[in-house]
Amino acid sequence: MHLFAFRPKGAVQMSEEVVHDREARAYEAVHEARDFQELKRRYKNFVVPWTIAFMTWYLLYVACCNWARDFMSHQVIGHINVALIFGLLQFVSTFMIAALYGRFANRRLDPLASGLNAKYKRERRR
Amino acid sequence: MTSLLVPLADAEPGNQALTISLFTAVVAITLYITWWASRQNKTTADYYAGGRNFSGSQNGLAVAGDYMSAASFLGISGQIALYGYDGFLYSIGFLVAWLVALLLVAELLRNSGRFTMADQLAFRMRQRPVRTAAATSTIVVSIFYLLAQMVGAGTLVGLLLGVTGDTLKAGVIVLVGALMIIYVTIGGMRGTTWVQIVKAVLLMSGTLVITFLVLLKFHFNPSELLGAAAEKSGKGEAFLQPGLLYGKDLVGQIDFLSLGLALVLGTAGLPHILIRFYTVPDSRAARRSVQWAIGLIGAFYLMTLALGFGAAALLDTGKDSAVAASKGNTASVLLAEVVGGGSGSIGGAILLALIAAVAFATILAVVAGLTLTSASSFAHDLYVNVIAKGKVTEKEEIRVARFAAIGIGAISIGLAIPAQKLNIAFLVALAFAVAASANLPALLYNLFWKRFNTSGAVWSIYGGLISAVVLVIFSPVVSGSPTSMITDADFSWFPLSNPGIVSIPLGFLLGVVGTYLGRDKSSANRYNELSVRALTGAGAEVASKH
Repeated sequence: MHLFAFRPKGAVQMSEEVVHDREARAYEAVHEARDFQELKRRYKNFVVPWTIAFMTWYLLYVACCNWARDFMSHQVIGHINVALIFGLLQFVSTFMIAALYGRFANRRLDPLASGLNAKYKRERRR
Repeated sequence: MTSLLVPLADAEPGNQALTISLFTAVVAITLYITWWASRQNKTTADYYAGGRNFSGSQNGLAVAGDYMSAASFLGISGQIALYGYDGFLYSIGFLVAWLVALLLVAELLRNSGRFTMADQLAFRMRQRPVRTAAATSTIVVSIFYLLAQMVGAGTLVGLLLGVTGDTLKAGVIVLVGALMIIYVTIGGMRGTTWVQIVKAVLLMSGTLVITFLVLLKFHFNPSELLGAAAEKSGKGEAFLQPGLLYGKDLVGQIDFLSLGLALVLGTAGLPHILIRFYTVPDSRAARRSVQWAIGLIGAFYLMTLALGFGAAALLDTGKDSAVAASKGNTASVLLAEVVGGGSGSIGGAILLALIAAVAFATILAVVAGLTLTSASSFAHDLYVNVIAKGKVTEKEEIRVARFAAIGIGAISIGLAIPAQKLNIAFLVALAFAVAASANLPALLYNLFWKRFNTSGAVWSIYGGLISAVVLVIFSPVVSGSPTSMITDADFSWFPLSNPGIVSIPLGFLLGVVGTYLGRDKSSANRYNELSVRALTGAGAEVASKH
């Protein structure tokens, strides 16, 4: 593409600049598109709350291992105690959030992203 | 040291022959893969990113193979065998960390970078300072991790083959080093990836077999397994509760919190993990890779619970036992022998040799990934873009990367041999702390903060890197305690073994301070372009066609 792309030696400087200008214009056009603002909004609205949630949930677990040992030692079924269940719930929540994000991205992000990607390609040719 | 080598060195010669032949098979298979992969390496995209042609599931396996080191295979189950519940704590941080990679890093990096971590920063910053900083931290993190793996390999392979004596163990380090150099110089990313995929499959299936056999012994009743482990450990229910290893006093508790932070934030900043996202055709495949990795790594850590508690229940883990002498590292291997039918049985011998070979494959795959990462960063960031200022052909660039791999391999062999006698297990946690303090702030600010600029990136990378390393140098892991790296001096003043709780916030803070002190606003110009590219994949690097 631009900056990093490999080009055969001897490509004319002028055309490289033209290409670069076109690309910059195309990026700007996509950036201004309503769909892009929507994509950004959807992405942030998903990742920010979920990141806060899983970090808090994990730090709560670490804090309980440190400072709530009586609670963690409580036996629930046989030798299975709260500490073990809490630890396993971290696994469950991780699997769950990963699956949720995948579903969300497939349904709500990918269609917008591919539309914008196509728009970028159209704009670059103009 | 000698007591440590008793258990397997005493094994029957037949066992040893079997182990050696399985080791040879691992080496032969991986070398064949490397040779096969080398025939397809033509461009830099082939060498650094395997042509970006791996599917999400293939890369997911490779990510898991890159991530699950011998330390997590043998180390975590060993720690559970010795310290019960607390041995399990590492794996939780290691797993939850993948959500940071999935939600915030993997896809955006795939869309906006090219070969290295620095590419993504250099997109809108001044090339030379940013690439120098990012390459420095990439190489430092990778070498720390590599050293820990190689020293571990010397001890471990020595243990598994029954090799005694420092010279022979040094020989093992040289052998492992030579193999990783061959994989990386000849096979490049494509070869390394396939080695990691094979290793992940071996590791998952080996662990699954042992887990099944352990659970079979306890009638698939986890409570029965836990009860037996608690009883045999001699520590009773305390064995199943937090507190035997970490957080004995307030300093210990803060230290544990500090470790937890580094583990959960470090993964998404580990350079050898980051460059794996460039090996897939698009961001959707990057997302699927992480989902696969989360599934595999999570399943693996769940199985280490069965392995660890199984070892505690079925093996002698007392003070003078072989398991305790090896700091838990032999637990999985000896457990394999026991569940296979016990010492002297054919089943036991086969399983022992099998798990030993799996551990060997694990070591090889991880060290190859680390060597490739630092060689790529040296060649692509330092040599091409800083030293030669971009005036390098692809062929030359690949040649430099190959020489860099040889150089880095040689340096790590040279450092690992004298480090054998030192306790350097802390280097893995330090690598995570540096990744979280130096790399993650720069990556996240670059993606999400328009005003962020070159000096902010440079400040956060060097600030996070230096503070984490300096704090560890003056901590009890380096001097001033009986288990320190240096036991005959004491210059420690920082009470925690894990610097993360100080260095991570500092790295983030310095990114802000540096940005405003730098005043340079030109980096904001291309932010819109970067965010379009990162979120939509417009103009992202495409897979090469073969």
